[in-house]
This record gives sequence, C-alpha cells and structure tokens, in this order.
Amino acid sequence: MKPPSRVRQMPILRVIARALVPVILLFGLYVQFHGDFGPGGGFQAGVIFAAGLIIFALTFGAETLRQVVPVVLTERLMAAGVLLYGAVGVVAMFLGGEFLNYSALDPLTTGHYGQHLGIIVIELGVGIAVAATIMRVYYAFVGRRTDEDRTGADPALDAGAGGEAS
Amino acid sequence: MIEKILVLEVVLPLLAAPVCVLVRHPRFCRLFSLGVVAACFAIAVALLVEVRGGGVISYQLGGWPPPLGIEYRVSTINAYLLALVTAMALVVFSFDSRGGPPRVPEQRRHLYYAVFLLCISGLLGIAITGDAFNIFVFLEISSLSSYILVSLGGHRRAVMSAFYYLVMGTIGGVFFMLGVGLLYQATGTLNLRDIAARLEPSLDDRGTVLALALLVVGISIKLAVFPLHHWLPNAYSFAPPKVSAFLAATATKVSFYLLAMVLFTIFGAPFVFEELRLQAVLLPLSILAMFLASGAAIFQTDLRRLLAYSSVAQIGYMTLGLSTANATGLAGGLVHLFNHAVMKGGLFLVVACLLYRVGSVHIDALAGIGRRMPLTSAALVIGGLSLIGVPGTVGFVSKWYLVSGVLERGWTAAAVLILLSSLLALVYVGKVVEVVYFRKPAETQPIDHVREAPLGMLAPAWVLAAAAVFFGLTTDWTYGVAREAAELLLAGGI
Repeated sequence: MKPPSRVRQMPILRVIARALVPVILLFGLYVQFHGDFGPGGGFQAGVIFAAGLIIFALTFGAETLRQVVPVVLTERLMAAGVLLYGAVGVVAMFLGGEFLNYSALDPLTTGHYGQHLGIIVIELGVGIAVAATIMRVYYAFVGRRTDEDRTGADPALDAGAGGEAS
Repeated sequence: MIEKILVLEVVLPLLAAPVCVLVRHPRFCRLFSLGVVAACFAIAVALLVEVRGGGVISYQLGGWPPPLGIEYRVSTINAYLLALVTAMALVVFSFDSRGGPPRVPEQRRHLYYAVFLLCISGLLGIAITGDAFNIFVFLEISSLSSYILVSLGGHRRAVMSAFYYLVMGTIGGVFFMLGVGLLYQATGTLNLRDIAARLEPSLDDRGTVLALALLVVGISIKLAVFPLHHWLPNAYSFAPPKVSAFLAATATKVSFYLLAMVLFTIFGAPFVFEELRLQAVLLPLSILAMFLASGAAIFQTDLRRLLAYSSVAQIGYMTLGLSTANATGLAGGLVHLFNHAVMKGGLFLVVACLLYRVGSVHIDALAGIGRRMPLTSAALVIGGLSLIGVPGTVGFVSKWYLVSGVLERGWTAAAVLILLSSLLALVYVGKVVEVVYFRKPAETQPIDHVREAPLGMLAPAWVLAAAAVFFGLTTDWTYGVAREAAELLLAGGI
C-alpha cells in the first residue's frame, strides 16, 4: 500500500484536518451520549466517530492510524460491542425480566430509570460495534493488495494477523 | 422454567459468535461452539417435549406485549424445526474435520466458528420468531453467514459460487422484504398471528395477491424450488464438506417451514389452494424437480454435485407434499424435512470422510474404495438406500406418506410419478455403489494407501446413518410430530 504522498504535501488539508478531527470525534461522542434526549444514537455516533478517524487516515496515512487503532483492535471492538448489547439482555434475564427488558435492570423504582440505563448501555454497544466495523471495512479497502503490491509484501497487514483474504 | 429461557435458543449462538472472535483460540472456539450447540439442542428438545400435544409457549422480547413487541412463539412445528436444526448442528460440529476448511489459516479459524454460530443463530431465529420483520433479519443473518461459509471451500470456484449464491439469495431476500412490506401496508402489523387475523385475502385485492407472489418467489429462491435452484449445486459442491452437510440438512428446511407458514398460517389454505389454486403451479414444478434434477444427478461425475442435484429433487418431494394441502401429504412433506436432513447430512459427512482420505470424490477416484474404507462405504450405502426409499429407511417413511397424501387427494398420476422418480434415484445411487464396491481401481490412481476414516469423522456420519434406519422403523417422534404440525398448519395456527 502506498502512502498518499500528494495529499501529505498539502499544508491546507493537513492543518484543517488537524483542527477538524478532534471536533468530529467529540461530535461523535455527543451524538452517542445525547441520543436519549435528542436525535442521535449509537449507529450515527459510530459512523461519525469512524469517519473522523478515516479523515485522519486519509490525510496522514493509514499507517499512522494503524498505530493508533490496530486492525486486531477493530476486530475485537466489533465483537465487544455486540457482546455489550447482548450482555444487557442477559443481565436483564438474570434480574428476572425478559431478554432486553430494561425495566428489570432497576428493580427498585418503577421502570424509567432502568429503561434509561438499558438504552444508554445498548447504544454504547452499537456505537462501538459500528465504529469498529466501519474502520475495519476501511482497513480492508486500503489493505487490499493490487497486483504490483503482490510482489512486495505488505508487512503491516500481515503483522496485523487480520488481513482480508485476497 | 423452559418458557423463561426459551430466548436463549437464539441468544446463545448469537453471543457465542463474538466471544469466539474475542478469544481467537481455535481449539477453544471449537469446543466452545460445540458446547453452545449442545445446549441449544437440549433447549430445543425440552421445548418439543413441552409443546407436544398442542401446547404453545409465547415469549415477549423486552417485555413488550405483542403485536407491538416482538414475540417468540413456539408450537409443535417450530419446536420440531428447532430440534432438527440443532440436532444437525450438533452432529456436524462434533465431526472432527482435522483442521477445518482448507483455505482458512490457523490464526483466522476463530472467525470460521463465529460465522458458523451466526448461521445457526439465524436459522433458529427464523424458526422461533413470530414477527415478520424479525424473520427477515434472521433470514439475512443466516444467508450472509452461509455465503461466507460456502466461499471457504478450498476450490477457486467456491468463491464464485458463493457470489452467485449471494446474488440469488439477496434477490430472494428482497422479494421477501417487499412481500412483508405489502402485508404491513394491508394490515398495519408485523406480528404473524396479527397479520393472519387481520388479512382478508381475496383475488380482487391485487396488493395481497402481489404480496403472496413476492413471498412465494422470494422463499422459493432460498428453498431452491425447481426453476430457481441454480445456485444450489455449485454452492453445495464447492463449500467445505462440513458446511455442505450442515446447509443441506438445515438451510433449505427452514425455508420450507417459512413457505408453509406463509401459505397456511398467513394466507390460509382455503385462499391459496382453493381460490388461487397455487397447486396448479407447485405440483408440476415439484414433479419436474423430481425428474429433471434426479436425471441431472445421474450424469454427474462428482459425488458432491450428484448429491446436490439429488437435494433439488428431494425438495421437489417436499413441495409436492405442500401442494396436496391435506394433513397426510403435508405431514409427509414435513417429515421429509427431517428424513432428508438425516440422510443428506449423513451422505455429505461421508463425502467429507472420503475427501479426507482419498482426496477427491470424483466418481472414478472412488473405484474400489469399498474394500479400503468399508465402514464409510457402508454408511454411504445406507444413505443411498434411504434416498431411493427402501423400506426400513427414513426415505420410505416420507414417500409412503407422500403417496398416501397424493392418493387421498385423488392424484393417481402424481402417485405413479413419485414411484417412477424413485427409479431415477435407484440409478444414481446404484452408479455410485457400483463404482465403490465393484469397479477395480484405475492403474493410475492406486488406492493402497487409503485407510478407513478416523473415528472422529466416522462416528458422526454413522450417527446419521443409524438415525436413517432407526427413524425408518419408529416414526412416533418424526411422523407423529410432523402430523401434529401439519394439522396445526392446516388449522391456520402456529
């Protein structure tokens, strides 16, 4: 995989990306945790968060991003997000309710607090899973070996032990 | 107790999949998924025992009562299907394939198990849920994961056939989705029982008829009903053998349940079979499937393709049972789900044994294998006899009730055709048996080094072969349950 050399030499892009990426990430978190009061939620937040990181990768190279978020980590986070979602359901079962019955999460009060807690944790799971999946898809695209690359190995991807079958 | 943990049937494999991805240890994943599948099987059997005799268990996901919330609803037919899928999953998972599919390296083996578990979860979800949209979601989960599983076969063409399967399967999924959408428009609900209660199908209502058409065509693609079967032979013959065994034994069976449920529960037998007269299409297609696919099987030179074409023919028997729309015929079709799963699952496991030892399942490569691998070949013969429908095997039970149902309906010609098509099965099974036992191995392909398959492979294959005989002799838990399910379907219930 080649570094996007021309993009790297564009100072305007680099400066703006450097300024924007943190804001985008913060906005992602806002959409995540404000989802129970306003428009938002895990899916959108995950997409925004991953988009922020992908912009980072587009300007500074996927290699740099891979040092921050390794390929293996995205795979683990994908699974962890789903597990977090499911775990809420299972915990609700253990507390005596049906699967995913959030009201059971808070047996003392009559429902609303449990509902609130349940939806926040579940959306967090969704957010993690979606962000990780989108980044994994991005890695799969940039890590895709073309014919000329095939002669030269792609050590970063192979070391990641999670490259896509080509 | 069982009604409290019913949801675990789907949730266990669904959550076991990400656990496999997190742990990444191939041996752990193998044993863990085996344990999960065994637990699912236990739950399914407990459910079947519980609901047998007309019981119904309803479960409200998240505590939201139906029709607004998603309802999991288990009656005899669902429990029958759950037990079938989990039993087959258990046998296939206990099959020790010595290293998994050839193209999956050690460090990615955990993903293979995760995908397999997701596929099981999707199939179980379709069988258990009482919500139309939920069915679509699970249909996609099981389909997407089975495309991946098929693509893992060692051959280069595996990827191509998986892609073809994906295209066809997606078209089927979209058709199903459109049908559900039209039903939602007509009734304003997604709960299956609620749809059935509110829907008043009539031939003048084009929307409803269109919904039925879309649903039937969509499911028929997934089920591989005769002219829409083209994805199946490639998918089954290039998939890893374990995957072929599992998919052949379960995926089409679940689609058959879906078709039966749409026709009988949602639209109702009186509308579908008396007003619309769907059997005018379904019956000829079933008979064509029986003859053309069996005929195609005769000319195959690869054992896997032969079995795949035979699967298309067997699906013809099932849809034939469906089109009789009487209790005996429908029960014959439903019991054939189980019977065909047992024999075809067993045969594909035999294929896996042969592939492991011989390295090829081309007919010529199998010459004389009967002497070198007597137990494997014997299992092959039992499965083959069952495909023909020899008395004492499960194939006979299915055909007996199918023929009875067809005769009850007064279709004498169809009954004769069923029997004639068995002769075609005799030809393609006979061809294999002749090669395996009576032909001398070619000089160029010595088989002196070939030994009997290892026990970890042989035992699961023999479990299914033994089941093919056992359930050919006692039919209480197969035909008995299927009969109950058929009567339930005809009465419009689930």
